[in-house]
Amino acid sequence: MTRKVSGEVVFEGVTKRYGDVRAVDDVSFRVADGELVTLLGPSGCGKTTTLRMVAGLEAVSQGRVLIGGEDVTLRAANERNVSMVFQSYALFPHMTVLENVCYGPVSMRASKDAARELAAAKLAMLGLTGFEKRLPSELSGGQQQRVAVARSLVLEPAVLLFDEPLSNLDAKLRRRVREEIRELQQQLQLTVLYVTHDQEEALAVSDTVIVMDAGRIAQQGTPQELYEAPNSRFLADFIGDANLIDGELTVTAAGASFAAGGVAAPVRAHGAKSGPATLALRPHELRVVAAGEGVLEGVCRRAAYLGSRVEYVVATPWGELLAFDGDVRGRRARDEAVGIAFDPRAAILVPRQETGNR
Amino acid sequence: MANHAEALAPVFVPVARDRVALALAGVALLALVALPWALGGGASALARAIGGDGAYWPLLAAAVALAYAAWRGHDRASAAICAVALAWAFVHAFALGKTGPSFGIGAALTLGVLTAGLARSVARRGAFHGDATVATIVVVIAALLLVFIFFPVGKSLVAALFDAQGRFAPGLAAERLLSPDVWGLGCLSGGTRCGVAVNSALLATIVGLGSTAIGLVLALVVQRGGSRYSGVTRLMSILPIITPPFVLALALVVLFGRTGVVTGWLSDWFGIPRSRWLYGLPGVTIAQLLTFSPIAFMLLLGALQAISPALEEAAQTLRASRWRVFRTVTWPLLRPALANAFLLGFVESLADFGNPIVLAGNYEVLSTKIFFAVAGAQHDPGRAAALATVLLGLTLVAFWLQQRWIGRRSYVTVSGKGDGGIPAPLPRAVWLGCFGFAAAWIVFTLACYGIILAGGFVKDIGRGDMALHLGHFASGFGIDFSGGAPRFTGSAWNSLFTTIEVAAVAAPLTAAVGLLSAYVITRHDFAGRRAFEFLTMVSFAIPGTVIGVAYIVAFNVAPLELTGGMAILVLCFVFRNMPVGVRAGVAALAQIDKTLDEASSTLRASTVRTLTRVILPLLKPAIVATLVFSFTHAMTAVSAVIFLATAKYNLATVYIIGRVEAGEYPLAIAYSSVLIVFMLAVLLAVQAAVGEARLGRRSAAALTVGHS
Ligand SMILES: Nc1ncnc2c1ncn2[C@@H]1O[C@H](COP(=O)(O)OP(=O)(O)O)[C@@H](O)[C@H]1O
Ligand SMILES: [Mg+2]
Repeated sequence: MTRKVSGEVVFEGVTKRYGDVRAVDDVSFRVADGELVTLLGPSGCGKTTTLRMVAGLEAVSQGRVLIGGEDVTLRAANERNVSMVFQSYALFPHMTVLENVCYGPVSMRASKDAARELAAAKLAMLGLTGFEKRLPSELSGGQQQRVAVARSLVLEPAVLLFDEPLSNLDAKLRRRVREEIRELQQQLQLTVLYVTHDQEEALAVSDTVIVMDAGRIAQQGTPQELYEAPNSRFLADFIGDANLIDGELTVTAAGASFAAGGVAAPVRAHGAKSGPATLALRPHELRVVAAGEGVLEGVCRRAAYLGSRVEYVVATPWGELLAFDGDVRGRRARDEAVGIAFDPRAAILVPRQETGNR
Repeated sequence: MANHAEALAPVFVPVARDRVALALAGVALLALVALPWALGGGASALARAIGGDGAYWPLLAAAVALAYAAWRGHDRASAAICAVALAWAFVHAFALGKTGPSFGIGAALTLGVLTAGLARSVARRGAFHGDATVATIVVVIAALLLVFIFFPVGKSLVAALFDAQGRFAPGLAAERLLSPDVWGLGCLSGGTRCGVAVNSALLATIVGLGSTAIGLVLALVVQRGGSRYSGVTRLMSILPIITPPFVLALALVVLFGRTGVVTGWLSDWFGIPRSRWLYGLPGVTIAQLLTFSPIAFMLLLGALQAISPALEEAAQTLRASRWRVFRTVTWPLLRPALANAFLLGFVESLADFGNPIVLAGNYEVLSTKIFFAVAGAQHDPGRAAALATVLLGLTLVAFWLQQRWIGRRSYVTVSGKGDGGIPAPLPRAVWLGCFGFAAAWIVFTLACYGIILAGGFVKDIGRGDMALHLGHFASGFGIDFSGGAPRFTGSAWNSLFTTIEVAAVAAPLTAAVGLLSAYVITRHDFAGRRAFEFLTMVSFAIPGTVIGVAYIVAFNVAPLELTGGMAILVLCFVFRNMPVGVRAGVAALAQIDKTLDEASSTLRASTVRTLTRVILPLLKPAIVATLVFSFTHAMTAVSAVIFLATAKYNLATVYIIGRVEAGEYPLAIAYSSVLIVFMLAVLLAVQAAVGEARLGRRSAAALTVGHS
């Protein structure tokens, strides 16, 4: 299938105010044509509001929204080439599956037959052939979601929006559906803006992830960039777990070391300069070893056996550290003196000032 | 970061040129050229202009200019043209006043189209978030409310400031408003009578308290008694809907009047002398209690059911006695609903016209006194207006108190459901007392209805003459088949047909206006939304008598001369019953997820398409409920339309009141029974057609409010 129109979405300094509340605060980003970009962030950070401004369901208080290079800031929802899959699916309960999917084409004044043809094609694509005559209430949650996707796709919109599409599905279905969405997106070269609060989901499906916090963009980048080089404490903690340690970085020609609580350990500086710094250590990068064998000494406070790994809490001069250790046979006991070891390359130095990427 | 130049405009602006505006301009031109401008036919605006009346040229020019502006897509110019043309039409018409023509079909169409055009073009400049459909709905309905509620009520209140010769007389107004006739407290110190406002307030207080108490007892019995008594609920939810408000007064006269059936027995068997004790405060009180306690019952039953048995059980497991449970859990939770029931009873009693006109005798109340000030020998509209001001004031104070104290809290409970569990049984003595009273009250109610249904079939029930007799039906509803096609010779046919016709025309209009208002109120945010909501609900708080006086005062002269026709009856019903539709619509829309609208618009549907394809089909139950209630309201209403009905366009209720005043009780009763049976049949037919569940009981309770 060929797509005629560019789905590039550009936000230029967009702000959304509800009274005194800035739900979205001076946000700028760009979604390239054919890309799947995720808006990720904790609940209430402004993701849905951002998505709704792309759809034209909320008016922008300040700034510009461009779709396919065209300024659509003042266009109503029904005048934008954008479709949305709602969290609740929003299927029309009094219409059959076929009528639901035909709704868009008929709105665009397509003939009944043309609309049916378009709808049938999309239903077939989503494996819904045979369900045409059913009412939404006669479908399972997963099927309803597919109908919602088919209904949005049928107009071949420049941009497809998803608001937490998996939140109403049970855990088993989630992984499958998110893969299907990703596959569909790549197959049809769709431009997709996808909202979720689940970082694993975001990392799994996206080309680019935009992390939002309190109405602003905290960081944006590929999943790998976000995971490996978070630019703030918030991000390091939000994307994957992290032990966050405040201390002092010393960079010399010989290498860098990080000191806190009177104990220093070698780290890879990744271009950071000497001075106060925050170190983020992923729990699975930490190994719990015998006392004296690690870079840090500590006492095992808790050890929880989870089958594939052991989760430790170890009290060290750097504070209590969380460590996931795969060596389940050499499990340490509670109150045992232990050491903590990690690869200097695994150390992530987080900038001290929290600056949004704007 | 650079901000957009149009940072000021957080709204959507349509891209395409407005084809509807072009169509509107066309309709306006057509109306101006081809339709008679004034009431009662005659020349069109164009013909008038050519005939020498230069005032119509600007309107014609405006319509042409509007067509051009719409064609070129100049929304700002369209708005200006519509606004100026509207202003000109009204200023010109009101400047001429009595001496000019009254707006007719051509004028109505032109003005309506210009209003819609104004709304659309303003919306396309950014108002109403750029949604021309929403703008049209809001502006047109607001304009109608201004013309048909605020203008007449305002004009009639101002009429209180003028004397019978039409001279400005503020002193007289003060005297009318404050006279001892109105506020006198003589009756308290014995001797002379009290003022009419005091009488009304006293009656309303008694009825408010009484109907709340009766409603509570019935509700307790039904709720604690379980599903055995669901018949009572059904009865109580239907009776107020199908009963014209004077029927119970009639029944009381027949039972307890000086020559009444029961009075006769008491006199024959116990030697209790016949008297006229019924006429006055006692009779009106009993009649109003019978009429309004079903409303309190429905309200309180809802509240009781909303109190979760789990709460009471929780209290019991904490070792509280039954009495303590009632005092500490049930009662506090019930209190807002009780206050609400009291205030509703109070307001209903104040507004009630049907019962006092039959029973009040020398006990004067505001609603009937207003009527006699206009219709009686005195014919003093100024005095009527002053009394209407007092009545409106009392009513508004009651509503204000209701909002202030209870607000929406108790409404929530009306729709609530208990979450399982069995309600705690009442203490035995309390239960027996309640049960006994409830049974007696139901029997009493049924007896009243029974006597009405049966009374038409006997010779003269008013005097205790019980011989079987079909003459009343024959004289009222006779049909002559002798000349081939049947001729409806009965004296009641005319008014019955008019009533059905008016009600049938008013019902869909009421539903449309009410539900569209509900739609924009619940689904769209626009500047002045709360004010608009208030506008749509305000006629709820205006007693029918006040509206009646207002219409008489406001609509008997050009340019808005409507009295004497059928249109004014329809308009009166539409705008009086509109809040019913708004409430039903708001409640139903709350059940419809807003993302459905949003999904529709992201699928490129216009607001109109969303409305017709998504919202309306899902609103079907509310539409049916509103149609039924506005139809039955129109069939049973008295207070407002008694001012407006004429010999030509008479209404059933007004005709019956006329028979009562003429002392023709048997015909009045026969006619009442026909009305009741007819409406019951309509109601049952609709219920059978759409399913009982759809006509929720909740709406019945909420909707009977304001019925008088
Ligand atoms: N219609 C509204 N009126 C007022 N505040 C709103 C409205 N919609 C959203 N908000 C506020 O804006 C913020 C962002 O909301 P939202 O975009 O829904 O967050 P998310 O989808 O990230 O959970 C929240 O604080 C929310 O309370
Ligand atoms: Mg959200």
